[in-house]
Amino acid sequence: MTTGLALRSVTKRFGGFAALEEVDFVAHGGEVHALLGENGAGKSTLMNVACGIYAPDEGRVEIDGKAVSIAGARDAAARGIGMVHQHFKLVPAFSVLDNILLFNPGRPAAEVGAEAQRLAARIGFDLPLEARAGTLPVAEQQRLEILKVLIGGARIVILDEPTAVLSPEEGTALMGLIRGLADEGAAVILVTHKLHEALHHSDRITVLRQGRTIAETTPEGMNPAELTTLIVGEQIVEEPELSSHVGERVIWLNGVELAGDAGRRGLTGLDFQVRAGEIYGVAGVAGNGQSELAEVLMGLARPTGGTVWMDGENITEAGPAGRRRAGLACIPVDRYRHGLAGRLSVADNYAVNGVLAGRYGGWMWLNRAKARARAREAVEEFDVQGVRGMGQRAALLSGGNAQKLVIAREFEGETRVVLAHSPSRGLDVRAGAAVHARLRAARDAGAAVILISDDLDEILLLSDRIGVLSDGRMAAEFTAPADRAEIGRAMVSHGDD
Amino acid sequence: MDFLANWLINIPGFAVPFALAALGLIFSERAGVLNLGAEGFMLGGALAGVGLTLNGAPPLVALGGAMVAGAALGLVFAVLVAGLRINHVISGLALVFLAQALTSYIANENDWANQSFAGLQDLVLGQDIVVWATPLLCLGTVWLLGRTRFGLTLRAVGENPGAADAAGIDVTAMRFAAIAIGAALMGLAGGYLTVAVSKIWVDNVVGGRGWIAIALVIFARWHPWRALAGALLFGCIEALIPRVNAAGWAVPQYYLQMTPYLATLAVMIWSAARGGDRWAQPAALGQHHIREERD
Repeated sequence: MTTGLALRSVTKRFGGFAALEEVDFVAHGGEVHALLGENGAGKSTLMNVACGIYAPDEGRVEIDGKAVSIAGARDAAARGIGMVHQHFKLVPAFSVLDNILLFNPGRPAAEVGAEAQRLAARIGFDLPLEARAGTLPVAEQQRLEILKVLIGGARIVILDEPTAVLSPEEGTALMGLIRGLADEGAAVILVTHKLHEALHHSDRITVLRQGRTIAETTPEGMNPAELTTLIVGEQIVEEPELSSHVGERVIWLNGVELAGDAGRRGLTGLDFQVRAGEIYGVAGVAGNGQSELAEVLMGLARPTGGTVWMDGENITEAGPAGRRRAGLACIPVDRYRHGLAGRLSVADNYAVNGVLAGRYGGWMWLNRAKARARAREAVEEFDVQGVRGMGQRAALLSGGNAQKLVIAREFEGETRVVLAHSPSRGLDVRAGAAVHARLRAARDAGAAVILISDDLDEILLLSDRIGVLSDGRMAAEFTAPADRAEIGRAMVSHGDD
Repeated sequence: MDFLANWLINIPGFAVPFALAALGLIFSERAGVLNLGAEGFMLGGALAGVGLTLNGAPPLVALGGAMVAGAALGLVFAVLVAGLRINHVISGLALVFLAQALTSYIANENDWANQSFAGLQDLVLGQDIVVWATPLLCLGTVWLLGRTRFGLTLRAVGENPGAADAAGIDVTAMRFAAIAIGAALMGLAGGYLTVAVSKIWVDNVVGGRGWIAIALVIFARWHPWRALAGALLFGCIEALIPRVNAAGWAVPQYYLQMTPYLATLAVMIWSAARGGDRWAQPAALGQHHIREERD
């Protein structure tokens, strides 16, 4: 077979670091080809080579059996390669039609509009051409992205982590759409780290690890454990493990309301409690009030109604500092923005809580030596890798190790409540497992753990109880072990059943 | 009655520099370049207009020269913000101060200061050709930004440079173009001030009109027609000031000279209080575009 895209012995180096080394990857027309690998395995780099953003240092790119050299995004589009990025490349202020025109320049608007309508109808959805792209729901924005590349005549469609922002139902619908594209002869490349997508929705699977092709296989006869071993290079199987000892309630919310506005969603009538020694998972599609709930719990946003209680005290009016003193530990969603000050040293980042609590001197002087010594111990204890010295900038740590540093700091004092917001996002399987182990350890030591995550697998793996956040309300509550499909339904119920 | 007629006939002349400068700013800012250099580009244009006129160039040639001078300063600004990706605010402020000192220096070296000249003559109804051309330029801007591929591309760069980049658009080149066009219009605004209004060079002849134009663009929510309306409003105020004194009303001069800035403040407070339209400001205004080299 000669149709489709072939990357042959592609090597790409950044400085001295080889992001790709002699990688082979072939996607044929008519198939869905899953590209699997951990963060940093080279998936994105490989796809950037395929769409001409990077030129390979060695090796070649072939389209329909002919070697080509792709000169950039526009050239890739002209050659029939379309990329749907994980972070959409839309202009929110533009209409749907203008967004399509931007990617398909030089054709009359009316003609492109008619083609968009026709194409959308054929693959089974409709799009309001005049609506502003930024007002569309996320799933429709993604369809717009797909439409954009199809109108450009793409026969090789690359989707980078397409289901990351979708509910399970929307994800399934997208997989159906992708299958339809393949049936029409397109080569669809599905870049993902979700095993079940690769196993259930692809025809072939290529696994990358550390910039090399590890395997090319079919999903038949593969199971998740084997696939994980291929991806990670060793066997890491995390099993759910329920709490053995649940105590009194530690933190609870009573009818908490938060007024929404242009940029943020409101919260409506939130009631839930978390007991000592349990992990309470908050599931939901991203953007249904998770960030707002986290801000309310951290004390960054003051509820417009209702009360928050901790250990029998009303902490609704308490700010972040007061809550920390009461024993709240926070692992924020964006560790580089809210968790760490990247330009400051590892020691400073570690010591900041202790400094505020007065552990390293008073308000006039700072016992830096003591802070450094304590930071060194913590780095050791929490296995933070890649620290060459306590004076090293925190920004130089990899994602997993930065997260470990945040956790080391947050777990420093006596912890009554742990709030973890997507703690393993962007981490590879191994680093994620280490973070999970820390959360379990905190729970087993008697803390009440609130885990907010849009990764349902993570919720199911860790939680003793699960609340589903939908449209700013708690749509349903489940006790583990819970049924995945039922949770999925609650995630899109909008709290009205 | 005389007072009113005299006032009305003078409004367009005062409104035109605001309108042209605001149009220039709209070009630049719709492409995402926060442009605080307006006062500088206007000064460059104003000086070029004076220099050319005093050396015998006809007024229209002098105005053309003003546009070229504005664009040349614009290219300096573009190298800073689009090429070297220096902070837009700092670059804009630096450019204004540079232009203030440089234009005064050049004018005084060449003895251009305080020499009056005939300048641009009126065409019809007591208005000159630039007054008549300004609405057409506004129409042209609306059409160019809203109806052409160039405009779509320019606005995409100002709204989401990442998306524009992914669409194969050269973000840096687009910003260079937008800044150059905008600076040429601002140069024309400055040239008009000297060639058609003051007909003389004094240091800092632009006198803060560039700053008012910046406020005007925010008030107009980056839309050309609304900018034209705002320019007329400020034209009314500016045209009123000399006439109040001439009519012999006992209003202290300093209060009068304050009015454009009071009006600016009022307009800014009004736009802030109204809030609303979250699509109005270009989403990537003041942001640099740096392609992610690695994930």
